[in-house]
Amino acid sequence: MSGLNTLTIADARDKLRSKEISAVELTEACNAAVAGSDALKAYSVKTPEMALEQAKAADARLGQGDAPDLCGIPLGIKDLFCTKGVESQAASNILAGFKPEYESTVTTKLWDSGAVMLGKLNMDEFAMGSSNETSAYGAAVNPWRRQGSDAALTPGGSSGGSAAAVSGDLCLAATGTDTGGSIRQPAAFTGIVGVKPTYGRVSRWGIIAFASSLDQAGPMTKTVRDSAIFLNAIAGHDAKDSTSADMAVPDFEAALTGDIRGRKIGLPKEYRLDGMPAEIEKLWADGADMLRDAGAEIVDVSLPHTKYALPAYYVLAPAEASSNLARYDGVRYGHRAKLQKGEGIHEMYARTRAEGFGPEVQRRVMIGAYVLSAGFYDAYYRRAQRVRTLIKKDFEDVYASGVDAILTPATPSAAFGLGEMADADPVKMYLNDVFTVTVNLAGLPGVSVPTGLDSQGLPLGLQLIGKPWEEADMLNTAYALEQSAGFVSKADKWW
Amino acid sequence: MSIDKDTARKVAHLARIEVPEDQLEALAGELNGILGFMEQLNEVDVDGVEPMTSVTPMRLKRRADVVTDGDQQDKILANAPDAREGFFAVPKVVE
Repeated sequence: MSGLNTLTIADARDKLRSKEISAVELTEACNAAVAGSDALKAYSVKTPEMALEQAKAADARLGQGDAPDLCGIPLGIKDLFCTKGVESQAASNILAGFKPEYESTVTTKLWDSGAVMLGKLNMDEFAMGSSNETSAYGAAVNPWRRQGSDAALTPGGSSGGSAAAVSGDLCLAATGTDTGGSIRQPAAFTGIVGVKPTYGRVSRWGIIAFASSLDQAGPMTKTVRDSAIFLNAIAGHDAKDSTSADMAVPDFEAALTGDIRGRKIGLPKEYRLDGMPAEIEKLWADGADMLRDAGAEIVDVSLPHTKYALPAYYVLAPAEASSNLARYDGVRYGHRAKLQKGEGIHEMYARTRAEGFGPEVQRRVMIGAYVLSAGFYDAYYRRAQRVRTLIKKDFEDVYASGVDAILTPATPSAAFGLGEMADADPVKMYLNDVFTVTVNLAGLPGVSVPTGLDSQGLPLGLQLIGKPWEEADMLNTAYALEQSAGFVSKADKWW
Repeated sequence: MSIDKDTARKVAHLARIEVPEDQLEALAGELNGILGFMEQLNEVDVDGVEPMTSVTPMRLKRRADVVTDGDQQDKILANAPDAREGFFAVPKVVE
């Protein structure tokens, strides 16, 4: 049977349960798709034998009749997740050859549900980037191309390999992580759905840390329903992550009624940027119309501190990264620099890190060290923490006024070409996160939904921002938007 | 506030990243570009605003102060670039 790799999780689940297909058949189709996908550079490690073993176990479980939703579903795993015995490098040379002796909580939950691992997915180094170009493996490539062009486009970042793999049907779904937009921006660039849950909804244990107060793992899938199913499997309290929330997790899939009558949806005026492409304006207005037609009330809202979100983020995230990445010292794992005669441990630390970290990671670690250093801590770090309080309060005020969710564009543009930003100022690349980064700073859930194509035939997405812990309601609104938009386009297979 | 070559050298040292002397000037320029972007934060009135330390109000859980894990020396050393006789090995620390 061919084409099984193009199934959604929901359809595959039904076919597996009805015995129309087996998990082994489904996995073989995905393994074949992965094997033929090298031009996309989505996978950094392929694990086809492990996948088949897991698929056989899943078939046995399905035969017993009480299999969870993800039983037998083949997934790709972002390289940021520690997977026991399988290289987990955060796309960095400093973790070259690192094979964890333990399994992250998210992947443990997935394997306990009977899911199948196809391999590890490419990403920006330590999740620092918006185009996948900081990866030590070389950038993943977007399956989508501009009409009449064969120029390689970015799948976005940092979860670019995940986005390329889901969009190109190299898995049924994938894990991503989102610190400033790293799930939602690549999802928008590749025409898929990406969910960043409320901070604390999903355990961070075993996920290589970037900025711990902002990092959150989430699903990257072909449909909103698939994201709901996926989130059901990975959400919940974990004693090993002290910031994971000890609260009940609703059934996200059961919440997908598509009925959003009476919901109040806010459009923040600060997200209307000067020079925003007309296509993005139109996409946004069309999305608002779709929600209005589905019975929602559309209101204008204000998030006055929006413009300060990016500068605050680029103080806080590097500060946390400089602390988190201090552990890469060439002693316990990964790369260690070779020393000359007479050199000692200090040279070893500094050279190991110079050789192991790429330029963007080095830049952020140094910025972080600077903003945390004596004399500058109050002026930068402390001030950014205060601004973060104000950004969160902006959202609290809007939600207190009766708004249920906020609709914004997901990205300021469609996918750009790999290499196009090579000579640009680093700050210019940071602007990719302008619509997504506020959500991380405020700890809120957000989802990116594909709703249209631009004039060059590239996918564009809209973002819905929910109230804390209201992923179910947010996903239901996203489901209504998805139904109205009817986005079904796929990239033509060229790889 | 602006970063000169000496500050760049100091920052690189704080970060424990070896930067060749002839690249410090360029590094200072890059860092200044990013810090310039952050200067916008000075426009915000933050008087009386508490710095955020936890994005969701939560109290850290407590547990009994007992050993819950251990006896896995081999696993802990398995990825070390240099491990000998049950220890991480590093170059000489004290002359």
